[in-house]
Amino acid sequence: MLAEALALSAALFTIGVVGVLIRRNAIIIFMCVELMLNAVNLSFVALSRYYGADGQVFVFFVMTVAAAEAAVGLAIIISIFRHRQSVNLQNINLLRG
Amino acid sequence: MRTFDLSIPLDLTAALAPDISLMLGAMVLLLWAAWGRESIARQRAVGAASMLLCALVAGMVLFFMWTDSTVGPGPVAMDGFRWTADLILLLATFATIALSMDYNERERITSAESHVLLLLATSGMMVLVSARDLIIVFLGIEIMSVAVYVLAGMNRRSDRAAEGSLKYFLLGAFSTCFLLYGIALVYGATGTTNLTEIGGRVAAAGATNPLLLIGMALLVVGFGFKVAAVPFHMWAPDVYEGAPTPITAYMAAAVKAAAFASFLRVWMEAFPDVFVQWHYALWWLAAVTMVAGNLIALAQKNIKRMLAYSSIAHAGYILVAVLARGNLGSSAFLFYAFAYTLATFGAFAVVVVLSGRGDRYLRIDDYAGLWTVRPWLAGSMAVFMLALLGFPIFGGIGFFAKWYMLQAALDSITPLARLSVILVLTSVVSAGYYLYVVMVMFMRPVSRPDSDPQPVGRLTRWVIAAAAVLILAFGIFPDPVVRLTRSSVIVPIDR
Repeated sequence: MLAEALALSAALFTIGVVGVLIRRNAIIIFMCVELMLNAVNLSFVALSRYYGADGQVFVFFVMTVAAAEAAVGLAIIISIFRHRQSVNLQNINLLRG
Repeated sequence: MRTFDLSIPLDLTAALAPDISLMLGAMVLLLWAAWGRESIARQRAVGAASMLLCALVAGMVLFFMWTDSTVGPGPVAMDGFRWTADLILLLATFATIALSMDYNERERITSAESHVLLLLATSGMMVLVSARDLIIVFLGIEIMSVAVYVLAGMNRRSDRAAEGSLKYFLLGAFSTCFLLYGIALVYGATGTTNLTEIGGRVAAAGATNPLLLIGMALLVVGFGFKVAAVPFHMWAPDVYEGAPTPITAYMAAAVKAAAFASFLRVWMEAFPDVFVQWHYALWWLAAVTMVAGNLIALAQKNIKRMLAYSSIAHAGYILVAVLARGNLGSSAFLFYAFAYTLATFGAFAVVVVLSGRGDRYLRIDDYAGLWTVRPWLAGSMAVFMLALLGFPIFGGIGFFAKWYMLQAALDSITPLARLSVILVLTSVVSAGYYLYVVMVMFMRPVSRPDSDPQPVGRLTRWVIAAAAVLILAFGIFPDPVVRLTRSSVIVPIDR
């Protein structure tokens, strides 16, 4: 049971990573980040079956932090929308370096 | 001397007293900042109150340091390493607020909450350097990062700031996920998130569990993003360029120092017994960061981008301290962080002065002939550049920082001879861009059309003067800093 849950969580995490790397819309990238966070939450819940309730407590920490991050992140996306009238990262090119 | 028992709630609160007072004070100031019309005067008043709060919290930290408090097993640590790192972070925050007050006035940013956000970010950093539990590490990093995402975009009129802040947010949140997944896998492998207990279980079981190794690799990726180590550095130059200059200095000095302090603690308390497994990964990370950071910095024309790549290179130097391990590594790190903080704030304060309203003059060539127009400013900038380079005497404390780093690398249990050679060679390469700035200031004719001196805020002038004087004075008498950092070691709980 644990192995399946961890495998599912790894698969969701990977989908999130791939989404962040190939999509160009800021909102969708942000959704992929949330998917990654929730994949980790799934791991924590699965592990808590073996190690006690700690893992479930961590999930609440992560959910709270994710909510705070979402509030700030959406505000930042709105601020860039006001400058560019778009949230597409085509011309921002994140990984230019 | 008093030992705090962290299973008692009151003792846990007392152990976190500086962090909690900073948070509470920041929240009170936030209410005050939000309570009336935005204006320059209110922005300055909140800034002054924030600086006072920083000083009070620093006093509290000094009190704990002086009483030599220790702590039992639990989620937070109380040792010299934590207190000295706290002091460096508070010094950086103090300088940032001073610079921000002048910078915000010049750029007509009237939002007083920028100072409060700095305090909140610093409280997250203080939690981070005290954390002895991976979940507290996660919380500290997030409290810090969420505030800094906003700070990067504080100048709402600037297109570049919005873009930089979006990049920082998306890549920061992305990297946090890696860190968190690493924490989950380490928890899966060991059944605990407490660093002491992880250390014990890893020592007993060895590093045979693939979950543990993948978890450690993900933790390296997460920390690597936060400290901007190559290849996880691509956000840094754009974000540093877009953010308001005082915030750039804060990100380069404080955010990096806090993330590194936590990195050191996690690696020294939880994973000292699996050294063989992580040694090569971190070795290559350090080598690549030093080489790539310095080489790309050579090609930069914009002073903020140049300093961004230079800060990436310095992350590489500090990674050597992580590899050196033990008390040598942690005290070399603290010494380096102190020297680097002074030099970074000095350099960015000069950038604040010279960029002019609207940040028009950010090319290195704009500094041509500064020596003839403003000799003091040019002289201080030369000191900061030489300190970042690690030049003897004129670079002051910067020389000793590199010296102790090399000493830690060579004296560690597994001497890092080849890495030390790379450190020295890349430092020589870095002379190419640090000395270029000095050369442009002192040997080129004035090129700017309006070369009349820009007015300097009084606080900015103080930051520049204090940084230059401290760098030179500690360059001649480094003993107090050496003694402090030597005694500030990570004290793990006996397993």
